Amino acid sequence: MCAMLSVNNLSISFGGLRAVDDFNIEIEKGELYGLIGPNGAGKTTVFNLLTGVYRPDEGRIFLEDRNITGLDTVEINKAGIARTFQNIRLFKDLSVLDNVKIGLHNIFTYPTISGILRLSSYFRIEKEMDERALELLKVFDLEKEKDSFAKNLPYGKQRKLEIARALATGPKLLLLDEPAAGMNPNETGELMDTIRFVRDEFDMTILLIEHDMKLVSGICEKLSVLNFGSVLSRGKTSEVLNDPEVIAAYLG
Amino acid sequence: MLNFLTYFVNGISLGSIYAIIALGYTMVYGIAKMLNFAHGDVIMIGSYIIYTSMVTWGLDPLLSIVIAAAGCTVLGIVTEKVAYKPLRGAASSLAVLITAIGVSYLLQNLALLIFTANPKSFSSVVSWDGISLAGGELKIQGVTIITIITSLIVLLALQTFIKKTKQGQAMVAVSEDKGAAALMGINVNKTISLTFAIGSGLAAIAGALLCSAYPNLTPYTGAMPGIKAFVAAVLGGIGSIPGAMIGGLLLGIIESLSKRYISTQLSDAIVFSILIIVLLVRPTGLLGKKVQEKV
Amino acid sequence: MKFTKQTKRDLYTCVMVILFYVVIQVLDKAGVLSFHIKGLLVPLCYYSIAAVALNLVVGILGDLSLGHAGFMCVGAFSASLFSVAVKESGMPAGLRFLTALIIGTLMAALFGFLIGIPVLRLNGDYLAIVTLAFGEIIKNFLAAVYLGYDEEGLHVAFKSFQLKGEGKMLINGAMGIQGTPTDSTFTISIVILLLALFAIQNLVNSRAGRAIMAIRDNRIAAEAVGINITKYKMLAFTVSAAIAGTAGVLFSHNTSTLTASSTYFGYNVSILILVYVVLGGIGNIRGSIIATAILYILPELLRGLNSYRMLIYSIVLIVIMLINWAPAAIAFRERYGIRAFIGRKRENSGKEVS
Repeated sequence: MCAMLSVNNLSISFGGLRAVDDFNIEIEKGELYGLIGPNGAGKTTVFNLLTGVYRPDEGRIFLEDRNITGLDTVEINKAGIARTFQNIRLFKDLSVLDNVKIGLHNIFTYPTISGILRLSSYFRIEKEMDERALELLKVFDLEKEKDSFAKNLPYGKQRKLEIARALATGPKLLLLDEPAAGMNPNETGELMDTIRFVRDEFDMTILLIEHDMKLVSGICEKLSVLNFGSVLSRGKTSEVLNDPEVIAAYLG
Repeated sequence: MLNFLTYFVNGISLGSIYAIIALGYTMVYGIAKMLNFAHGDVIMIGSYIIYTSMVTWGLDPLLSIVIAAAGCTVLGIVTEKVAYKPLRGAASSLAVLITAIGVSYLLQNLALLIFTANPKSFSSVVSWDGISLAGGELKIQGVTIITIITSLIVLLALQTFIKKTKQGQAMVAVSEDKGAAALMGINVNKTISLTFAIGSGLAAIAGALLCSAYPNLTPYTGAMPGIKAFVAAVLGGIGSIPGAMIGGLLLGIIESLSKRYISTQLSDAIVFSILIIVLLVRPTGLLGKKVQEKV
Repeated sequence: MKFTKQTKRDLYTCVMVILFYVVIQVLDKAGVLSFHIKGLLVPLCYYSIAAVALNLVVGILGDLSLGHAGFMCVGAFSASLFSVAVKESGMPAGLRFLTALIIGTLMAALFGFLIGIPVLRLNGDYLAIVTLAFGEIIKNFLAAVYLGYDEEGLHVAFKSFQLKGEGKMLINGAMGIQGTPTDSTFTISIVILLLALFAIQNLVNSRAGRAIMAIRDNRIAAEAVGINITKYKMLAFTVSAAIAGTAGVLFSHNTSTLTASSTYFGYNVSILILVYVVLGGIGNIRGSIIATAILYILPELLRGLNSYRMLIYSIVLIVIMLINWAPAAIAFRERYGIRAFIGRKRENSGKEVS
């Protein structure tokens, strides 16, 4: 039985700066894993490498037993990795429902021509998409806003919608980039429940980047600490947070 | 060979005119990030001002150019203030594009109303006959030489202005990042006005040279050179001053030679093909900077 | 069957077009319409079709194309070429025009596809200038080419030539194609407008349409949820070019002479259609048709004012843009609850909350 995600010796440089240096991680199925580190440590770059936005200079990425190194973003999503973004990226001029339905793009398919000519498969599949999308929206308590433009949602709900859309693509591994950024403590608490719920309900493996230590220590089972592009420490959350090196570099 | 040289030199001259227009275009585009479709029509207005002051009022050519440059500068500032500035920060960049098209229509129809559609011509602003080389076989017209020299002077003056003066540096700063420039205490509105003023003033000079070389002034004279100058600016790399110069010259030479050796009707098609080929190989033009979106 | 809000909205657009058709027919029967007005009806339809097609690229895909007159040109010439070539073959007029429509549409689609492959990698104003360039190349090429056949076969050249014996010039350089049968009627044009609406509205409200709009709203996020950017960009661009080509067929079969001049197929025409699209509301399909109708008829109504009419037109255009789009004007309108002229924003499946 191999891990959900295993990354070996991942490295990338931008113009001489080694943004990610010899990065390793192993995440088991169903784990809630945290990636922390000071600003500019390379956390988002790791996400961009995992999702094919950048091609690594060195190293290999395995999703279960499949080598996904060097695949492009679309193929990686199809292979089973979905993500959210630090600066929320929704389809802002589309409805909340449509945002999730776009996430379902590769799950429910019918030919373009049957959409144009409104053949029976169009009606059948669209109905299935609507049902599935509404289920997902219900999980995130967004079904009332299904017809609003995504851009008109309050901030916290936009974050939730982004997670819902990522889940719609049917991933095995979910990457969350600072899901609690800009939230008040109440919203963060709610978000922690949601993330736990997603893990249990969808049997999901989750890797998240976060600065909010309350969230990290509250829900993550394991942690990796990134500093200047390389892994400073990794292991069980309680152990990592007590690692003197980590305290020195990060918590300070 | 002499024949080739004649067309080559003509190409450089035509290219110099494109280059002067493209310099204005590239500056305005760099700072306002808008396809200013009315830029070509400013050339046309400048030419009509020269026509009026030279033919109707009988003024000296040089004085006429000064009047035209002043007139176009004012025109540039006013259109920017009235039509473009209110749309800064609009939800779609198409808004200001359409407004520029509206301004273009407005200027063309204003000219049509005042000067009618009948082509006007004025004797060249350059009275010098030019030089003969190779025992009179290769004749280079005065206006050709003056055009080339003028464009070189304009280029050098502009480069010096941008590199050496405070206002020039402010322009660079505003075109890189308006917000940051404003935080550094640069008056963004004033800088944009200045850019439009310079661009429009250059258009007047280009108009004078264009109508001296091709004496056939109608309300639509500016449109095509305007588009081609934009092509030149893109070809050279939008925002780059030397790029505009190189793009303009290249365009002029290719146009002149393909008119002579391939086909008059197809010369524009050839010019546009060159643009496409260059952009496919170098998506930001010959001297353009590469930008990447941050994820 | 229960209609969704969006389907209802789409149906209203079609009803609007049909109502317009009925009203015109009634007015015509009553003898109210002048010959001049009647002559504007077919052009109104083909510019509406072109505007709807361009809106697919500009409003739905979010890319700027200034080359759609070029696709109209391809559609017009390929269809006319066919019609002129088979005019004397005894083919029934109805079948001939139908075939011409299909040929024009497919040829424009082919050009859209071929041009789309290289240019859709470019963004924003670069794409705009390259599409403009392609449009101009197509126009210049067709204005320079000579095509004819005689007993020795088909001849193509860039300068005029003499045909031997029995033969016919098909494309005569700048003189273009002569003798296209004038098959475009108002009724057929309305039917094609409705078909174009059907195709585009259904496309927009399908899985593919959502993918296209996702690319418009956020390309990076669209890629991250597994949408093939190139495929859907190409789809939108090709369909749009095809429908612009259909508009071109109607154009070329409206008069017997077809020339590739700037007046009909220059970048100015692309820009004119873009003006319709933007004033009608970017992404608002119905708005494109309304704006085309108003803006196409407006200069004609101002005809009495003679030389002032285009001046007034241009001022109206600038003023509308400022009122509709200037942030200060929008803030002012919101404060006093005034609606914008014509549609300003797309009105797709979503209720406005703000």
